[in-house]
Amino acid sequence: MPIQQICTVASMTQLDAATWWMVLEAGKLVEQHGLTGGQFIHIKCGDDQLLRRPISVAIAGWDEPEDLATLIFEVRGEGTRWLSQRKEGDKLDVLGPLGNGFDVSREGHYLLVGGGIGVPPLMEYGESLSWPRTAVLGFRTKDKAFPAVVSRFEEHCEKTYLCTDDGTLGRHGFVDGQVRETLAQDKSFTQVLACGPKPMLKSVAAVAAEFGVPCQVSMEERMACGVGACLGCAIRMKDGSMKHVCKDGPVFNAEEVDWDA
Amino acid sequence: MREKCLDLSVELAGVRLKNPVVVASGTFGFGREYGQFFDLSELGGICCKGLTLHPREGNPPPRIAETPLGMLNSVGLQNPGVDAFIRDELPFLRQHDVAVIANISGNTPEEYGVMCEKLSEAGVDMIEANISCPNVKAGGLAYGTRPELAAEVTREAKQHAAVPVMVKLSPNVTDITEIARAAADGGADALSLINTLRGMRIDVNTRRPILKMNTGGLSGPAVLPVAVRMVWEVANAVKLPLLGMGGVSTGEDAAQLLLAGASAVAVGTALFADPCAPLKVRDGLAEIAARQGLSAVRELTGGIRPW
Repeated sequence: MPIQQICTVASMTQLDAATWWMVLEAGKLVEQHGLTGGQFIHIKCGDDQLLRRPISVAIAGWDEPEDLATLIFEVRGEGTRWLSQRKEGDKLDVLGPLGNGFDVSREGHYLLVGGGIGVPPLMEYGESLSWPRTAVLGFRTKDKAFPAVVSRFEEHCEKTYLCTDDGTLGRHGFVDGQVRETLAQDKSFTQVLACGPKPMLKSVAAVAAEFGVPCQVSMEERMACGVGACLGCAIRMKDGSMKHVCKDGPVFNAEEVDWDA
Repeated sequence: MREKCLDLSVELAGVRLKNPVVVASGTFGFGREYGQFFDLSELGGICCKGLTLHPREGNPPPRIAETPLGMLNSVGLQNPGVDAFIRDELPFLRQHDVAVIANISGNTPEEYGVMCEKLSEAGVDMIEANISCPNVKAGGLAYGTRPELAAEVTREAKQHAAVPVMVKLSPNVTDITEIARAAADGGADALSLINTLRGMRIDVNTRRPILKMNTGGLSGPAVLPVAVRMVWEVANAVKLPLLGMGGVSTGEDAAQLLLAGASAVAVGTALFADPCAPLKVRDGLAEIAARQGLSAVRELTGGIRPW
């Protein structure tokens, strides 16, 4: 059940020109309400922005002290710019935990696939999943490849493949090429978890389907209430129905999503 | 010093609300989500998400665009249909001590009648007939912009409703008092206003509107002055009780609408910034009334002193 809580900023670190690593003292959000990576919190970003900003949780409850939640976000507009200007000790008005995160209840062999700012929401799964996992992480270019985030995957995953769109780091090309190669070489994967831009999710979902591996995808849509009341953040499902990113997601089974909508 | 006991209750078309703060249709679902943040019995009333005779999937996304001190939406009346509401949602709402106001939209006057019958029988406290949704092609706005159609829909709803019927007016008209009079002539028991203002936002890089439907309804603090003006005009034009809404996020905003002539106010978009906004509006309103030495909040209604 979500709550409204005032959280204190524990630390702020700039990862690159547009990306920030924010740690929050999330208290009850983590301790009693079970906030986890892949879920999101809805943050009031000053008085000038009417709507809250939904920010994905990278990892929560695993660092010391245990009520910390890590958010890694990109400045995309005025709201996230305001958020990036917060300092240690500042207070934030937060709603959470919101959304469902990835379902990792089944034992298996997991393939984590992240693209750009979609990499951090997989961090907790890379670091603390109970099952063996491999990561495929894609970035536009070497300078946008968050070494501080990537190293957390490299430490805990059996393998971590890096790809860049321009070939400045790791494999040259999008993640779906690496995903195809990995799934072709090793037939033991039982789940793909993917987070990133929609075109990436669409192609990863297609590759996973080709190999018959179930795929979960974390989706984005413009959002207002964040709690399922306003029905703003709708996405269309294959069966024609609408689901809502804030309440039914952000993680969906890839085969249910209408990728052509 | 002993505090004077302030009476927060108001009456809207014969329905008693324990306080004048209602939540606006379309911003509150059927209460379950925000019911996680506060006790729904704290509210004066709940205008439920707009219902249609049959389920609707609504408009394609994006449905939301933020604007200066406001937002655009084009949800398009996504809802499970009136029967599912009565079966799955009304019993939950009924567990709370709060007036339940069902909001309905029809494609034809007859559909309004059918829904009024079903909802009256199911036991809602009031029906809000939406003749003003800007986000659907059939009906909706057309009924809200032509006086003779507004009157016809109201008559049909009244004929089939056993509970008070409140007609929700669109601000997207040249003269809102014309439609208000037509609804009054049709037998409306109350009027609610304003629905959202039609608006648009364009991404200058892609040259595409943000909303997939191109245009949508503007709400939020940006529309408050329009709401105050229109409530004032309608209060001067008809004798009906009014539910005022549009951009209310503080007690002072609510007091403006009451002074302009509303009997109660609805809080909508402010919820998205703060889930407890309706309670803060209620408390802020009570504070203003107490400071002005009133014994009842309802004394504010129509208390404007125009130049």
